[in-house]
Amino acid sequence: MIANRQLSSDYNVLALRAPSIAAAASPGQFVMVKAGSGHDPLLRRPFSVFEVLRDQTAGVTGLSLLNKRIGVSTSLLYAARLGERIACLGPLGRPFSPVDAPTEAWMVAGGVGLAPFATLAHALCSRGVRSTLFYGARRAQELFYLDLFRGLGVELVLTTEDGSAGERGRVVAPLERRLAARRADAPVMVYACGPEGMLASTAKIAVRYNRPCQVSVERIMGCGLGGCYSCVVPMRSDDGRVHHVRSCLSGPVLPGDQISWE
Amino acid sequence: MGAEMDLSVRIGALTLKNPLIAASGCFGYGVEYADLVDLASLGGVAVKGLFLAEREGHPSPRIVETPAGMLNAIGLQGIGVRRFIFEKLPELRARRATVIVNICGSTLDEYVEISRILSDAEGVAAIELNISCPNIKEGGMQFGCSLTGTFDVVSAVRKVTRLPLIPKLTPNVTDVASFARASADAGADAVSLVNTFLAMAIDVETRRPKISNVVGGLSGPAIRPIAVRMVYECRQAVKIPIIGMGGITDARDAIEFMIAGATAVQVGTANFVDPFIWPKLIDGISDYMRRHQIARVADLVGTLDTAAGDKEWTAS
Repeated sequence: MIANRQLSSDYNVLALRAPSIAAAASPGQFVMVKAGSGHDPLLRRPFSVFEVLRDQTAGVTGLSLLNKRIGVSTSLLYAARLGERIACLGPLGRPFSPVDAPTEAWMVAGGVGLAPFATLAHALCSRGVRSTLFYGARRAQELFYLDLFRGLGVELVLTTEDGSAGERGRVVAPLERRLAARRADAPVMVYACGPEGMLASTAKIAVRYNRPCQVSVERIMGCGLGGCYSCVVPMRSDDGRVHHVRSCLSGPVLPGDQISWE
Repeated sequence: MGAEMDLSVRIGALTLKNPLIAASGCFGYGVEYADLVDLASLGGVAVKGLFLAEREGHPSPRIVETPAGMLNAIGLQGIGVRRFIFEKLPELRARRATVIVNICGSTLDEYVEISRILSDAEGVAAIELNISCPNIKEGGMQFGCSLTGTFDVVSAVRKVTRLPLIPKLTPNVTDVASFARASADAGADAVSLVNTFLAMAIDVETRRPKISNVVGGLSGPAIRPIAVRMVYECRQAVKIPIIGMGGITDARDAIEFMIAGATAVQVGTANFVDPFIWPKLIDGISDYMRRHQIARVADLVGTLDTAAGDKEWTAS
């Protein structure tokens, strides 16, 4: 662990010296991280790669994780100390597919679901894709790294639940309004990561306005390697049947219109 | 003595190159790990439990972490035995894995039918009879929790296959050793134990169960001492080899099971935490043998010294 930047009382960004993982990671991929040592906590936790870190000569030095304190592992990672060794396995899973211009990229992030969009925004920016980030949080103080996205030329549409920044309410509201205002044939790819309800709403809105949508799902994951079958997502196949698909291998990025949202 | 150190163990007619087996349900179909783990270096790979037909298993959430352990109710999601033979077995063969196929049945006939199919397949080293999954109604528990049920299913499968037969026993019974005995009497080549302990965990804020199936199976270091005791009890009861498992996370844990009476061990949950655990386990066991001047790991099996006499009790 080479840096721990605490952003708030809940959020921090943890930088790990893991150059080979970082160099191999594509936007949307994840790593399995073991917090603490010993048997409590026992299992690793999945984290999106937040940033790929580089030195002055643009050489990859490591990666960072956006962490939100919600349980034992995330609390340990929130309080991690410089120099601590943190086991990190990856990169794992299927990444986002970045679009090409003139298709626009609309990223929809809720809370800690911002994590995979920093690297995706970089990829979109280098392709010259016009990008918008719809970013919702509980309050203004929990909207992070806005300058990173502004610096890449990403348009920001912000919402907070308490109205302390941007529009008051849920992030899917402005998403739907903007899609409604678009010409039906204007190509837009929707990317989403955040709470399950937000993902379901985003996927349904995308279907309603006939736009493709890639969602990054979050499931309790035992191994991240396809061994445990704990992280399944119900997916509707062409024959209409629902199959449980392992989100570690087939995801975490999945086509939103094929997920059987409960 | 490094060069002549012998890690091989025998399970009936089957010789494993070492006593370390990837536990069923914790290693997918083996192929998922083929790029991270040299499958040929393992004593065996016990693949995820297979029914005749495909199954979708339980909804999420399927696992939750508990103190030094985890609770799971996957619900035996699986691709069915025929797809396994067609889609997974060729790669396992190519990787020179010693494949132990874990099978499940809703009925006695289903166990028999799957065993028949596997007996004709190329590259199956042994059959592990899952009569102990705690998570589904038809998961074999009706066989695994009844002595006559255990005897009947093992006998029936015995009649249709010459493959080494390994009933996997549940710890959710009063006297596990009697189930080992029933298995041996019915012609099993070995028994494996323990499957997971039926358990549950509740979110007290919402008063909801933490996994969708309400109850699930507990695994991990939390259960190890109970599993070791059960292996020890079975060792007194039967002569056939025992494959021990339950919370093994390092070589010392594996050796503990072997001293208690296990000829081989399976490692499950620890593989989730560290998929690179296998060479460490092999090295750790080799190192132990070197330090204790044990040439054949099989000589370690069942060497528990209970005659302490005037020897001092030592804390480890």
